[in-house]
Amino acid sequence: MRSDRSQSAPLGLKIAAACGLLFLHLPLLLIFVYAFTTEEKSYQWPPPGFTTQWFAVTWSRPDVWQALSLSVQVAAISTAVALVLGTLCAAAVSQTRFFGRETISLLVILPIALPGIITGIALRSAFNLAEIPFSFWTIVLGHATFCVVVVYNNAVARFRRTSGSLIEASMDLGADGFQTFRHVILPNIGTALLAGGMLAFALSFDEVIVTTFTAGQQQTLPIWMLEELVRPRQRPVTNVVAMVVVLVTLLPILAAYYLTRDGDQIAGAGK
Amino acid sequence: MTSAVSFRKVSRHFGSVRAVDAVDLDIVPGEFFAMLGPSGSGKTTCLRLIAGFEQPTAGEIRIFDEKADGVPPYRRNVNTVFQDYALFPHLNVLDNVAYGLMVKGIGKAERRRAAEETLTLVKLPGYGARKPGQLSGGQRQRVALARALVNKPKVLLLDEPLGALDLKLREQMQEELKALQRRLGITFVFVTHDQGEALSMADRVAVFNDGRIMQVGTPSEIYERPQSRFVADFVGSSNVLPPDFVQRYSGQRRWGSLRPESIRIGRNVSGDGVAAKLVSASYLGATTRLALDAEGLRLHATVPSGAALPPEGETVTLTFNREHLHLMEEGA
Repeated sequence: MRSDRSQSAPLGLKIAAACGLLFLHLPLLLIFVYAFTTEEKSYQWPPPGFTTQWFAVTWSRPDVWQALSLSVQVAAISTAVALVLGTLCAAAVSQTRFFGRETISLLVILPIALPGIITGIALRSAFNLAEIPFSFWTIVLGHATFCVVVVYNNAVARFRRTSGSLIEASMDLGADGFQTFRHVILPNIGTALLAGGMLAFALSFDEVIVTTFTAGQQQTLPIWMLEELVRPRQRPVTNVVAMVVVLVTLLPILAAYYLTRDGDQIAGAGK
Repeated sequence: MTSAVSFRKVSRHFGSVRAVDAVDLDIVPGEFFAMLGPSGSGKTTCLRLIAGFEQPTAGEIRIFDEKADGVPPYRRNVNTVFQDYALFPHLNVLDNVAYGLMVKGIGKAERRRAAEETLTLVKLPGYGARKPGQLSGGQRQRVALARALVNKPKVLLLDEPLGALDLKLREQMQEELKALQRRLGITFVFVTHDQGEALSMADRVAVFNDGRIMQVGTPSEIYERPQSRFVADFVGSSNVLPPDFVQRYSGQRRWGSLRPESIRIGRNVSGDGVAAKLVSASYLGATTRLALDAEGLRLHATVPSGAALPPEGETVTLTFNREHLHLMEEGA
């Protein structure tokens, strides 16, 4: 069969693809539009008027800032925990052979496949049993369960492409374990870790379900938005925050995409 | 005299697999030593034992009379040229070569000068700024060599370094490696499964099989006087002759070997020769390799190309000088 990449797809397929994309992204646009509406009690279409006042209102509300600050802190610390644990785990699984290696690999990935509600319930009952009070740190622990997976997946893929003899070569040339890590391992997996870390940060930043089960009185940004939606006042404030969240999570994901794409080329060319 | 490397009853077992099994070995300082054997024969494990990537299960390894057991690779004055070269993809050629000096804390100007000098030694001057990905296979091999040599090791280990190169480049590198070794006087230990390579480059060859050394000797000893059927067969396709065949010509009931080039082909059936059927002839350039069937015994002979050959299927007479019939050790 001929594979003509230049030949354009049939019209029907084009329309179907366009509809699919619109279905995915039109609702997002609606959110953006409602951030500028003058109607504050309900989402009325078409919006009766447009205003930018909600940006100022959002800016001056302390509860928004509190929630945002908590979310950033939780995401940052979960990502840091995930970077350390995920990298160590990936190194163990990809560099050595031991009994049960595949099982451990599967068990590490499982939390991201499990529905968040199950992770949430499991963690909640575990915390209860251990009599750990719900706090900032229980949210961090909850988020770390899936952040580790993202970092692990990125790191393990890069480790597999990085020839094991590089580490031996470094040792052979007189570098001890720490020097080898600093001069050979880290430069080779650096972009993969950055990408994994950014994805982990984005995941943690907009997580609702696990957070619901593991938080005490604290409100992360997504939880705050959920609560805000049921109140009849100043609704567009939620939309303003939603816009910010979309931008804050989109940028790291885009960056991660570009970083791993370039990383592939570097790793491939070095072989 | 001190050995560059000595093995005393060294074993390395992986579970039930005896990769290296009670090996005794002495490598003389300054020699070009080849470890030859099929894959899985233990030669690479021996090299890794010297480098320190493996620790012996039993026995003792000494490198220039210093006990090597338990010494990690980064504290051994031994460097390796890896089979896949293992160049650091994120560093340029100069930084690759200077890596060993960098981790030892030698100043930037000093290590750059040493790296440039070594790159000139391996005939790659001015390549320092390139990345390994921009080099050809032969150039990468030279960088790997320079990266090891810049540390002035007492022993240089080479793990099938020419395996990935094409034939012409391989022959050229063989000559260069040998010249380099003579010039530097460093002990080279070279692992290969290529008989021709081992014989043409090494001062001495150890032939490995099943984790043991079958024979150690100069290339001509190994080639002309193999002590066992394995060595005769593995080193350059010798004809291995069974005891009753050998008995007819030497009077002794032992296994023997006869090099293909020692056999002459005649068309007349005479009393002294061996009658054999010509099965096939393969043209190899300077020589032609003949496959023969002597009463069920498969033999090979090489004759100069251009000589008139009988057609395939014809019966010919094989003759050979009895001095060329080599008897193996008893029980081999």
